[in-house]
Amino acid sequence: MASRQIGAIRSTFAPWEDPAAKPLVRFEGVSKAFADTPAVKGVDLEIYEREFFALLGPSGCGKTTLMRLLAGFESPDAGRMLLEGRDIGADPPHRRPVHMMFQAYALFPHLSVAQNVAFGLRRQGVAKAEIGPRVEEMLAMVKLEGLGKRRPDQLSGGQRQRVALARALAPRPRILLLDEPMAALDRKLREETQFELMALQQRLGMTFMIVTHDQDEAMVVADRIAVMRAGEIVQVGRPAEVYEAPADRYVAGFIGDVNLFEGRVAATEGPLIRLVTEDGAFDAEGSGAVGERAWLAVRPEKIAVHAEPPADPRNRLAGTILDYGYLGDWTTYVVEIAPGRTVRAARANATRTVERPLGCDDPVWLTFAPSSAVVLTR
Amino acid sequence: MKRSRSGLAAILPFLWLAVFFAFPFLLVGKLSLSHTVLAIPPYAPQLHLSQGLPGFRTFLAGLSGETYARLTQDRLYLDAYLSSLRIAGLAAGLLLLIGYPIAYGIARCPPKARQALVMAVILPFWTSFLIRIYAWIAILKPAGVLNAALGLVGLGPVEILNTETAVLIGLVYAYLPFMVLPLYAVLDREDESLIEAAQDLGATPLSAFWRVTFPLSLPGAAAGALLCFIPMAGEFVIPDLLGGSETLMLGRVIWTEFFANRDWPAASAVAIVLLATLVVPIVLFEREQAKVLS
Repeated sequence: MASRQIGAIRSTFAPWEDPAAKPLVRFEGVSKAFADTPAVKGVDLEIYEREFFALLGPSGCGKTTLMRLLAGFESPDAGRMLLEGRDIGADPPHRRPVHMMFQAYALFPHLSVAQNVAFGLRRQGVAKAEIGPRVEEMLAMVKLEGLGKRRPDQLSGGQRQRVALARALAPRPRILLLDEPMAALDRKLREETQFELMALQQRLGMTFMIVTHDQDEAMVVADRIAVMRAGEIVQVGRPAEVYEAPADRYVAGFIGDVNLFEGRVAATEGPLIRLVTEDGAFDAEGSGAVGERAWLAVRPEKIAVHAEPPADPRNRLAGTILDYGYLGDWTTYVVEIAPGRTVRAARANATRTVERPLGCDDPVWLTFAPSSAVVLTR
Repeated sequence: MKRSRSGLAAILPFLWLAVFFAFPFLLVGKLSLSHTVLAIPPYAPQLHLSQGLPGFRTFLAGLSGETYARLTQDRLYLDAYLSSLRIAGLAAGLLLLIGYPIAYGIARCPPKARQALVMAVILPFWTSFLIRIYAWIAILKPAGVLNAALGLVGLGPVEILNTETAVLIGLVYAYLPFMVLPLYAVLDREDESLIEAAQDLGATPLSAFWRVTFPLSLPGAAAGALLCFIPMAGEFVIPDLLGGSETLMLGRVIWTEFFANRDWPAASAVAIVLLATLVVPIVLFEREQAKVLS
């Protein structure tokens, strides 16, 4: 696991680093299989009060099952789930103070917006006189004032998403589960909603757990991300930890773009490792035993592109530009360093220029600092 | 090309309606405004198209609403109407009570079992309707299967055949598939996540049913109830075979007027009034049906 500390990340909120902190939710060796196909395999996980926690993984990795286990729609084959230290495994969904915002929202089509939001409050037995104001308050919070009398089918997709959010938040759950909450929104609205969700979570001081396959979304909203693969949790950490110090090649490749060079550890020298690959020898920070098989992982934006050969031969690669993409803020280069072997490098377009400094078939030199690369042994 | 084809397709249902509904309906309407005579056919006036417009005028002059006036004077007709509507309404209510749990049960089964169960609901259609109703006579008659079974446990005998109860049993039995299938259609399509959302928000499974599943299935219930009620109100075979002489229903009144009394105008008038009475439920049914299909 990545134990390496990364630069200066300010940690004002990090209860998971405090040995005295008690987790709000705790999964202990939770497993679940459907018709002999394991969906969740021995998951141990702790989620803390006020945390925005993301379960990230491709479809079919078990993240939704894990969430449904917590909501009570599935029961684990093995392991325990504790909420504030109490085993909730035997509680039916309606007795768990855990509410879910469904992927397709699951709004009740026969009820008005206000009745939808009031649904959970009524089930809790909130006094009739109190329900009206509470519903108004929730609708105002998600900026849907005055739409209480509408039916869900009279709302836009974004408005429906807000109703679903208000409905799940109204009964004040101990933890709010969000199942791919932004999957149905277009890109612009999704970005806005991400920031609104974060602001809301901060303001309410509630615990959110989001399930998503969108790594950008998880990076933006979450305090911590759990990356899942085939029913198991591969790595849990802050977005920057998962990005800069991935636990293995899977995490490195799933979150962001990465260039991988396979090789063997040739020497270790202080914090540096020398890795010999078929593309040359590279120095990088990391740990490993001499002779061990390892992979060097370098993010495209950490690779510098030069038109002239740099003097320092360390971590230097020569090649020609095969293809490049101008994205406005970034330009991505695909550089062929050997026949059939390409490396991706990204360059921020920090200065305003319309001329093309580098184009296809231009010879270039790529360099990266030893501290910018990660050595992975898995 | 495309336009002309869709134009033809749009005309077809109207053509069908004109040939198989509007034309017979006009014939029956014309009959109901005639009067009986001792002749073949047993009514007058007759329309002779060969006499041209003057002949059509004399024909029109011969029509009168006298038969309809007769319907209001004889209590028999009113009683038959009310009794038909009451029996059909009662049967529709019973069908709902019996059909809903069946449809709900099927919709909650695993997909494979669902197919088999829907098949089982339709299976009775594979045998003749008349044979199935005769089978009920064998079951319900005084020395029938039911009384034999009751006798074994020291109960009965009960007299059911030739009572209204027998008619209700027959109606409920014969129309059950028409109640179960539309209900099943709405219950099967229900979004499972709505139930989960209700339970997630604190509703017990029973409360989730009453607050979500049940209200969302009402269009199916209404469609099924009307689909059964409309033909049951005019049903002839079941009351005739199971109801004996004491069950008064419109289907039998029409039959008696037509075949026993040779009073074709009266039979036609009763049929027209029945149709007029059922227009409201039929329109309602169309609306609910549209909801179920949407």
